[in-house]
Amino acid sequence: MEFFLVTLLNSLSYGLLLFMLSSGLTLIFSMMGVLNFAHASFYMLGAYFAYQTGLYFGFWPALFLSPLLVGALGALTERYGLRTVHKFGHVAELLFTFGLAYVIEEIVHLIWGRAPVDYRIPAEFDFTLFTLFTTQYPAYRGFMMLVSVGMLAALYLGLTRTRIGLVIQASLTHPDMVEALGHNVPRVFMLVFAGGAALAGLAGVIGGNAFITEPGMAVAVGSIVFVVVVFGGMGSLTGAFIASLIIGTLQTFSVALDYSMLDLLEKIGVSILPDSSWHGLWSITISQTAPVMPYLLMVLMLIVRPRGLMGTRES
Amino acid sequence: MNPVITKRRIIFWAAAALFFALLPFVFTQSFALSMLSQMGIAIIFALSYNMLLGQTGLLSFGHAVYFGLGAFFCAHALNFVGAGKFWFPVTFMPLVGGLAGMFFGLVLGFVTTRRAGTPFAMISLGIAEMVAASALMFTGFFGGEGGIATDRTVGGTVMGISYGPQIQVYYLITGWCLVCIIGMFAITQTPLGRMANAVRDNPERAKFVGYNPTRVRWLMMTLAGFFAGVGGGLAAINYEIVTAETLGVMASGNVVLMAFIGGIGHFWGPIIGAVLVTLLQSALSNYTKAWLLYFGLFFLVIIMFSPGGIANLITLHKPVRQAGRLKRLLPSYSLSGGAGLVMLLGFFALIEMIYHFEAKEAANKAFSFFGITLDPTQATFWIGTLVVLAAGIAMFYATTRVVKRAWDDITAELQMKGMV
Repeated sequence: MEFFLVTLLNSLSYGLLLFMLSSGLTLIFSMMGVLNFAHASFYMLGAYFAYQTGLYFGFWPALFLSPLLVGALGALTERYGLRTVHKFGHVAELLFTFGLAYVIEEIVHLIWGRAPVDYRIPAEFDFTLFTLFTTQYPAYRGFMMLVSVGMLAALYLGLTRTRIGLVIQASLTHPDMVEALGHNVPRVFMLVFAGGAALAGLAGVIGGNAFITEPGMAVAVGSIVFVVVVFGGMGSLTGAFIASLIIGTLQTFSVALDYSMLDLLEKIGVSILPDSSWHGLWSITISQTAPVMPYLLMVLMLIVRPRGLMGTRES
Repeated sequence: MNPVITKRRIIFWAAAALFFALLPFVFTQSFALSMLSQMGIAIIFALSYNMLLGQTGLLSFGHAVYFGLGAFFCAHALNFVGAGKFWFPVTFMPLVGGLAGMFFGLVLGFVTTRRAGTPFAMISLGIAEMVAASALMFTGFFGGEGGIATDRTVGGTVMGISYGPQIQVYYLITGWCLVCIIGMFAITQTPLGRMANAVRDNPERAKFVGYNPTRVRWLMMTLAGFFAGVGGGLAAINYEIVTAETLGVMASGNVVLMAFIGGIGHFWGPIIGAVLVTLLQSALSNYTKAWLLYFGLFFLVIIMFSPGGIANLITLHKPVRQAGRLKRLLPSYSLSGGAGLVMLLGFFALIEMIYHFEAKEAANKAFSFFGITLDPTQATFWIGTLVVLAAGIAMFYATTRVVKRAWDDITAELQMKGMV
């Protein structure tokens, strides 16, 4: 019972972090039709900028500065990079972001080196929020969830209640008409891209010190974020939310479960000897198959329903 | 219809075969020989990838799966021969890899080619990650972290060939490379190859002509898997070890880079890309730690300014060459080339200075850059590098106008002659 509740809470915080990342990605995709391979790189940059600015100013200013810096970088990428490649088609845009992911990782190697950096949870959060049975739940996880929910609420309110949010929503489906009405649609695109990058940066700020901050973090998280976006449906924020919770729960639970088919067979009375050739296959535990599960889900979803759970566009 | 087997083509390919046969006598160091072998394998891999991307319009991020699976099957087959379980000549072992690649292309392709475009790209990425993750799970077949080691000399010595020395492996790779190039080119000339182009350009119209686009894509995927598997088999023979990285996402990303840098619009584009990328990866990594950064930036520059790749840059000059006006471009190109060289040197020097500045273990941080000693701890060198870089950028921008003027003149002339 305790294991179940603790894992559930962990999966909730991880799922919300995934949602922060995938919301930016799905917004960028629905607006511009380009799947941003460099999104996880912006996440990594958010963590590194937070570490660096935190060294000079402390955690709280870094929490605001770092996403702004990443957002500015995103705006520059869109203005000078994506816009140049836009005329060559979607494949070229996809490959541009693919190359950008490589380059950002190498720039991080250049500036901060290949080892993990010492980006820590600030001392204010170094206490236990509550004790569930015997497990102590850290306060920082609670803070992470708070920031994620707060950002989600701000995003929802911003998109539905502000004027610029309405313009963004209109540009998602009818960019030509919005431009005809006099709005600067390329500037809106740049704003959305910068906003998405800033969201990824914010996720990096709060996730970088809970999980490790190293140059490989972009690759580790990036693939999962793609799974979330594709699974939830490209172009749908609600779909991304549901999918990130599902995938977060799936990953957190499957990593913690140590049962294999062998245990199941033994429960029903069948035993396989260790020296039989099938033993290796049956003894694979759920935790060992954990890395494969999200991709299996994604492939199945793409075959059965390429639009995703609640998607509005296929490509 | 242009005939496929023309005297010109036969002469060209015979000359190419002779060139590659004589190459080891020019580059005699063993490092050069192993790099040439690597290039041969990369050429087969990149060309098989272009069958999917350039010819059928399928952007796949998981092509290394077929390459790697072919390599694993070939390695296991070699080990079987070594254990005496059955006999198969080592010369034809890449066929085992090819058949494995073809089988998985058939099976996985049935599932993946149902969609095209971005869903296909995402499915291929998902399958690549899945297979890479399973490679660490099924340690019996994939050998876990250490991979599967094999021995290419298990066939014994037949007519003096044992595949022990690298030069024999080089000739094996060259032979298979030639066969595969001719095979893949032949496929482009068949109705299947043409329909694949049609499916790439306009799938709906292809459907109206009477061909099922899914079926065409599936067939091309199977054939591409075959050739990728052949490349994998050659890799197993060449390196004598196959690990999970051989079918990993890095290798898949690498072949995308190779095909794109070379140029996907032409059949021979990926050959250039494979040679260039292999050269950069092997040779450049000896001289600088920043080679992957330069590599990524090079890829970005190609995507931004010439998405048709290097092949496109070459064919741009074809009408100019036919009109005999190449000399008109020469002065502006040399000016631009010189300015570009200054800019690049300044940029490389800056990156190298940053890398050496960050190096924590070196007591003396000064290093040699093309013979000049640069010391990142002294401000004068930073200022000098920045000045060179700024001057190079300014000069390069100025010369692009000269190049543009030259091209405008030539284009006007070619348009009048009706060649463009």
